[in-house]
Amino acid sequence: MSFRRITALLLRYLLLYRQSWTRIMEIFFWPVMDLLVWGFLTAYLLQVGSSRVPTLITFLIGSMIFWDLLYRAQQSVTISFLEDVWARNLLNIFVAPVTIGEFLTATFALGVIKVLINGLVLAALAWLLYAFDIFQLGFTLIPFVLSLMLMGWAMGMVTVALIMRWGHAAEALAWGIPFLVQPLSAVFYPVSVLPVWLQPIAWALPSTYVFEGMRQVLATGHAPWHMFWWSFGLNLVYLIASGFFFHHIFALVRRKGLLAKLGME
Amino acid sequence: MVIEVHDLVKQFNGTTAVDRLSFTAQRGEILGLLGPNGAGKTTAIQMLLGIIEPTAGNIRVFGQDIATHRQAILQRLNFSSAYVSLPQNLPVIDNLRVFAGIYGVANWREKAMELLRLFEIDRFATRKTGQLSSGESTRLHLCKALLNDPELLLLDEPTASLDPDIADKVRKLLRRIQRERGITVLYTSHNMREIEEICDRVIFLHHGRKMAEGPPKEVIAQFNQQSLEQVFIRIVRDGELEVTKDNNHG
Repeated sequence: MSFRRITALLLRYLLLYRQSWTRIMEIFFWPVMDLLVWGFLTAYLLQVGSSRVPTLITFLIGSMIFWDLLYRAQQSVTISFLEDVWARNLLNIFVAPVTIGEFLTATFALGVIKVLINGLVLAALAWLLYAFDIFQLGFTLIPFVLSLMLMGWAMGMVTVALIMRWGHAAEALAWGIPFLVQPLSAVFYPVSVLPVWLQPIAWALPSTYVFEGMRQVLATGHAPWHMFWWSFGLNLVYLIASGFFFHHIFALVRRKGLLAKLGME
Repeated sequence: MVIEVHDLVKQFNGTTAVDRLSFTAQRGEILGLLGPNGAGKTTAIQMLLGIIEPTAGNIRVFGQDIATHRQAILQRLNFSSAYVSLPQNLPVIDNLRVFAGIYGVANWREKAMELLRLFEIDRFATRKTGQLSSGESTRLHLCKALLNDPELLLLDEPTASLDPDIADKVRKLLRRIQRERGITVLYTSHNMREIEEICDRVIFLHHGRKMAEGPPKEVIAQFNQQSLEQVFIRIVRDGELEVTKDNNHG
């Protein structure tokens, strides 16, 4: 692992943002749109009136922000890879002395930067528009966000591996895979809402513990640390498994010549 | 010896793209890999770069096995291809900055500007790469390929998209740099005149097999032809006959 090569790759992705306002806007556009839709929906529910509605508001807005952080972490890995595919720059990167670990680490670092910027902007907007203070979660917020990032990276590695294997036809997975896990992650509702047979699958996802944990913090003011540790432990398992999967697919695409093909198409 | 390829085979789903290919390249030599589309030139180069894994055989570059010393080998070589681009939305200088970082080039700005001046595109340093013409873009790729002072340069049809005037300038410049720095070059092209002009030695490939090898003049004499282009046509047509015969007997 070379820190110099990782920062050079990270620079390659960051420089793109310096060159394009549309890319910068893309970081904020969807999260802000989501925040507005969900925020105003919850404001409407508040007008309709119910004793539980204020709690619901905080649940929905918190869930929306957390979901977006997970999504951005996954996207930082997949879109960075696709940027090089689209630019036909992939071979330039992979015939340079860059290891797969360095390439992935650079995309993870980009994810940290994006998640930080995104999280701060969304938190500020939620506070301004809906008087929702995400920092009421205190320092418990940080490990939960970290856990979501780890899951985003694991999903990102699996997505990139599938794109390497199946080429341009699989590009849509970059946006689709997070939404495969969303219904099962109990993002906007508790696991108890799911059919009983789906609940074990939901509890097998690290993200479920984060969203359930966040709701518990908001409802009771106490951090359910066991939820965090379950999430963190599962994430380690998923990261290791996705690392092996990535490694296996990378070896396969080298044997089949698919990386070279993807880089020159 | 800079490159040593021994009995290299690559099969994709039962189709043989490279068939028991063996060759060497010495320090400071320009070796041309020739052949029609699908002859196995690009596959051979990609195996040398370690992005395609051979089915059989072995490749040693700078005396090291590419299978086990890929990172160390890649640090000392570079690559340019007409079929690969640099990010179009980044300024020229930023693209060179990123690759200078990857290769660990000290004083990257001075090095990048020196190369841009050498290829007469320094006035475009701050221009977006996508705004360059094909000729300027090819020269930029060569700047990237020379950033790390490579000892071995793999050029896959580097002049494919250039007009004859620019192609001639690029060839002359490449030849000059190669002589001054003693770089070994592996060069593929469909332009036989270009190959005759620039290469010290050529290898003809057809259906992944080596059909002829030697200095261009010797290969031309060996086939009783007037030019490499005629040799190319003869090898391709005779090669087709040979393959048809092989298939009929098989």
